[in-house]
Amino acid sequence: MPAVIADGLVKSFGDTEALRGVSFEIERASVLCVLGPNGAGKTTAVRILTTLLRPDAGRAVVDGIDVVADPRGARARIGLTGQYAAVDERLTGFENLQLVGRLFHMRTAQARSRARELLERFSLTDAGDRAVKGYSGGMRRRLDIAMSLIADPSVLFLDEPTTGLDPRSRLQMWDVIDGLVADGTTLLLTTQYLDEAERLADDIVVIDNGSVIARGTATQLKSASGGDRVEVTVSDRDDVDRVPVVLAGSLQAGVEPVLDHAARQATLPMSSTDHVVPRVVRSLDEAGIDVVDVVVRRPTLDDVFLQLTGHRAENDTDADDDDSTSAAVPEGAAR
Amino acid sequence: MTATATPTRSGPVPSDRHVVPTGATWLARDTWTEATRHLTATRRNPELLVFATIQPIMFVVLFVYVFGGAIQIPGFASYEQFVVPGIFAQTIVFGSAFTGIGIAEDMSKGFIDRLRSLPMYPSAVLLGRTFSDLLRNIFTFFIMLIVGLFVGFRLEGGLVDAALATLLLLAFAYAFSWIQALIGLSVKSVETANSAGFMWMFPLTFISSAFVDPSTMPGWLQPVAEHNPFTIVTNATRALYNGYDPGMDVVWSLVWAAGITVVFAALSFRKFTSNSK
Ligand SMILES: Nc1ncnc2c1ncn2[C@@H]1O[C@H](COP(=O)(O)OP(=O)(O)OP(=O)(O)O)[C@@H](O)[C@H]1O
Ligand SMILES: [Mg+2]
Repeated sequence: MPAVIADGLVKSFGDTEALRGVSFEIERASVLCVLGPNGAGKTTAVRILTTLLRPDAGRAVVDGIDVVADPRGARARIGLTGQYAAVDERLTGFENLQLVGRLFHMRTAQARSRARELLERFSLTDAGDRAVKGYSGGMRRRLDIAMSLIADPSVLFLDEPTTGLDPRSRLQMWDVIDGLVADGTTLLLTTQYLDEAERLADDIVVIDNGSVIARGTATQLKSASGGDRVEVTVSDRDDVDRVPVVLAGSLQAGVEPVLDHAARQATLPMSSTDHVVPRVVRSLDEAGIDVVDVVVRRPTLDDVFLQLTGHRAENDTDADDDDSTSAAVPEGAAR
Repeated sequence: MTATATPTRSGPVPSDRHVVPTGATWLARDTWTEATRHLTATRRNPELLVFATIQPIMFVVLFVYVFGGAIQIPGFASYEQFVVPGIFAQTIVFGSAFTGIGIAEDMSKGFIDRLRSLPMYPSAVLLGRTFSDLLRNIFTFFIMLIVGLFVGFRLEGGLVDAALATLLLLAFAYAFSWIQALIGLSVKSVETANSAGFMWMFPLTFISSAFVDPSTMPGWLQPVAEHNPFTIVTNATRALYNGYDPGMDVVWSLVWAAGITVVFAALSFRKFTSNSK
């Protein structure tokens, strides 16, 4: 049985339909990433699965327990790190951890030793006895995650764990998440970044305007959005047209190259990006084209969106309800 | 990395880490854990407590020395015998505003959501908060009592009556914590909790017998002051501290305190759960 089952979740806030029938499953010891732009419904889905919100319709099961029927039972099995760090600033890191341990009904001694263990694991030992008020954003986030882990949850929910972090803290957070994955934690994480989903997740569910518009692995989603692209800049604008001709053999079928004469640039979908830069430079050199720059561009959430829905990833777009027909990994039965 | 719970039975211990223990003992333990959070925080930021006590000390001193000479209350040896119980009552009721502010703060910081995602008794969130505020109120009360004794206030009614009066005050303070809890749960920001929490307490405590005899107020205001529950509790405690017969005021004070507690605790719990709709 999967560790998490979301089955046709529907939730409205007044006129806002935050979720319009979202379904997914997470296998034990695997990582699912819910990917979507602002307002897509990521937090709403997480809040339903973690018993903070009641769905209008649909079923949510965590570790075999229906979260609506037995919320306290479900809470004993989940760890939640919300979108905004939920720590008590007035207390120390250690006290925060101990508090949560005790509210998970651990014995005091057990809660204390577990708290120390987690402080160490999240590189907070030195800060552990200082008030959280003086912590940096990254430290708060790490403490927040440590608090969610104190009772060894069956499933951990991380809502945008890297949003608002500087690049260094973001990398640290990825390391933390890698560690959790290595330990076999079942993880649901949400993000707005495709590269983050690709880096961390086994499976990805893309949601937009409250509906699942695609699902699959990162590779599947990327090829659905045209795969990696190579952006070639040449010195002579008349050579731009020749670039796709010279490179015809390595182009991905079915996706049109984009030629921009003014910028002297050709953007080409490549069938494979292995050793692509030397290959491109060599071929163009042999053809006598003066190459200024070659850049590999990975598809972003925006590209996936553009490909799947025909609109860019914005939070206030009115989605047509019959989209996603052209997707390579289309979401057939969302209900 | 897995800390499997193998509980040795000492005190209440759940048998399995995924089994949610139930029963009054666990409700009490959850409540106490939550209360400890606020008590630790108060200990860590004592300036909050200092300011919460400076104001009543100032009130006691100002009222007694500034108005003490000018105001004569028939039946009372001195103004301090009359006004100090009123200031006790006012301070303790004002102290309840911290309940609402604290809850609003926890909500705005997302901490309430964290608590609601834990397998604890949800009601322990509010019970723990009001309980820690009660303890804080007891502390404030004793500081005020010492200052009162210092400026000449005497427990003329003896220790038993004084203890009864103090319990009445604390029961009222607890009841008012629940009104503030509902306010804290209903507002959107800490600032609103602050102003909404204090605003109505000025008329409540001043249009009463706390500082002056209501019979000196304009005629239309007198019935308001006389039926104000705050007047009733002030009269009851004042009589007990001074060794007079409080009559039915003690009973009515208890009825008010119990009534407010039951109604506002019920409304607060309902508001707390309905936030998940
Ligand atoms: N409590 C609420 N009351 C009213 N509307 C809400 C509430 N919570 C969410 N919404 C609306 O529901 C929609 C989905 O919100 P949600 O927070 O789930 O999005 P999200 O994918 O988490 O976005 P973000 O990336 O900005 O966190 C949005 O349009 C939002 O405005
Ligand atoms: Mg969100």
